[in-house]
Amino acid sequence: MLYREAGQFKASYKEDQQIFPIRQDRIAIALILAFFYLVVPYFASQYWLQGIMIPVLIFSLAAIGLNILTGYAGQLSLGSAAFMAVGAFAAYNFVLRIPGMPILVAFILAGLCAAAVGMVFGLPSLRIKGFYLAVATLAAQFFIVWALTKFPWFSNNSSSGVITAQKVEILGYAFETPEAKYLLTLAVVTVLALLAKNMVRSSIGRSWMAIRDMDVAAEVIGIRPMHTKLMAFAVSSFYCGVAGALYAYTYLGTVEPEGFNLDLSFKILFMVIIGGVGSIMGSFLGAAFIVLLPIFLNVAMHALGGWVPQGISSNLELIVFGGLIIFFLIVEPHGLARLWQIGKEKLRLWPFPH
Amino acid sequence: MQFFFEVLIGGLLSGVMYSLVALGFVLIYKASGVFNFAQGAMVFFAALTFVGITELGVPFGFALILAFGAMILLAIATERVVLRPLVNQPQITLFMATIGLTFLVEGLAQGMWGASVRGLEIPGIQDEPLEWMMENTGIGVSKFDLFAAGVSAVLVVVLALFFNKTRVGRALRAVADDHQAALAIGIPLQDIWRIVWAVAGLVALVAGVMWGARNGVQFALTFVALKALPVLIIGGFTSIPGAIVGGLIIGASEKLGEIYIPPFVQSTFGLETNLGGIEGWFPYVMALLFLLVRPEGLFGEKHIDRV
Repeated sequence: MLYREAGQFKASYKEDQQIFPIRQDRIAIALILAFFYLVVPYFASQYWLQGIMIPVLIFSLAAIGLNILTGYAGQLSLGSAAFMAVGAFAAYNFVLRIPGMPILVAFILAGLCAAAVGMVFGLPSLRIKGFYLAVATLAAQFFIVWALTKFPWFSNNSSSGVITAQKVEILGYAFETPEAKYLLTLAVVTVLALLAKNMVRSSIGRSWMAIRDMDVAAEVIGIRPMHTKLMAFAVSSFYCGVAGALYAYTYLGTVEPEGFNLDLSFKILFMVIIGGVGSIMGSFLGAAFIVLLPIFLNVAMHALGGWVPQGISSNLELIVFGGLIIFFLIVEPHGLARLWQIGKEKLRLWPFPH
Repeated sequence: MQFFFEVLIGGLLSGVMYSLVALGFVLIYKASGVFNFAQGAMVFFAALTFVGITELGVPFGFALILAFGAMILLAIATERVVLRPLVNQPQITLFMATIGLTFLVEGLAQGMWGASVRGLEIPGIQDEPLEWMMENTGIGVSKFDLFAAGVSAVLVVVLALFFNKTRVGRALRAVADDHQAALAIGIPLQDIWRIVWAVAGLVALVAGVMWGARNGVQFALTFVALKALPVLIIGGFTSIPGAIVGGLIIGASEKLGEIYIPPFVQSTFGLETNLGGIEGWFPYVMALLFLLVRPEGLFGEKHIDRV
């Protein structure tokens, strides 16, 4: 009834190539954005903003990064947390060592640093693929964390590599309250997500998908594998790097290299799997799911009172986590994003099912 | 020079332990094309189950059998719950499913037996240097390491015989070659998978007991599996001898690298910081360099792409 594109004609190429071709989609996106920009900062509590909204947004960004690499370009990576670490430490050093460095420029430079590192570790992808490549990215994961711990220059000679992010200030306005930090994060994430959405539906995105589906065939039809794969690594690492910088500046404030460990990489991978491999929307859904699940389990555990033994609860989280991954892969290999799509299909037919 | 040999032998023998873990990966990959990331979790599960059973007062040998029983159950459950519904899915999906399985198995193991670090003793074998070797050459070789090497050698021989001389072994190789053809000539795929996962469980149990006796049974056991990955890369994913040779290369180079590279780099560049702890990433970078020369590993099958 409500969600139907009947009667919306496309009379020009420009209209045909819109990012959201259906009017209802545009309205929905506008409403969602308005909700998160205007309503949430006023009504959400400090805990919700600082403890849930900001990490969800940051992880969404990292998940978009990994999704570009794994979901669109088909290169499995287990090193996303390391690229986040590069971003966080690069941003810290830019602000620290260059006086008067604007914070947003530092974020972008941090992303570019991560992109450069990502390209170096993406080089093996030209010769190897699949699981072999996953092991190569593990090398990145362990090496980068080690290097950040061992060379004190990166953390300005602090003990065990802990850095404390400087104050975030743009044009003299200090972002100190959770609301301000939330809005900053949201703005960065919105811009980058929009960029990613446009990238994956343009020629570079199509060549990523061609490489993913069959790289030999893609090469035959004239897509340069080296260019395309390295581009995927660079863009993906850029997103992870910016996410890492935000992680340090707007979420935690104090980070250490060990915080960006393999577990975090896996977490981001799970966000991509559960959210939907090859979907920008799915990255958001997956990140929200993975951040909220432990909190929800915790609350449920408390609600059950003393019924659940102490030792079980943390393990239960592991079990539920693992079980859900398997469940999702079996029932819906395309993740939450696919469920969202099915919902839309159903809505188009509603209330007449045929 | 003596020191060099001591480090080398120590490295080779610890490499044998990596091979033990890598063997489990190879078995499953060969037979079902699944890259089983959960092998490390299975090692942990097996070791923890074994220790848990011995703590109940069960004698060593019987506890081993019981723990093997638990691994068989795990294999059957895995086949039923994870593999069967995912038949014909792309390899990468199966790989991700085994990452999920990793978490599930880790949670199960700790939920059942608790998360505390446990000691594990193999009766009669201590981690002490061999006397006559020490007296004659001055090189210290741990008895325990030698025992581990012996056990892995026996395991490899048994597995090789099993694969090459038995009916089930032949069926396993047939399935590895071509699932559909194997099905067509009447090999029950699901039974084969159960068997191969159970055998991998046995390998995990042996590896778990060995590693547990050396480092204590603790969560860190699961990281040993990550070290087995570069071993696989060097040896090739489908080769049992490759797993052994790869393990030896990784073990030896990791220990030698840890001893000789950081001081060398420090003195060349005049750095003052301590660069130790390269063990964490050195094997991976070595495997990476290796890949650039031989993408299919030492003994792996050459892969030909067709459009």
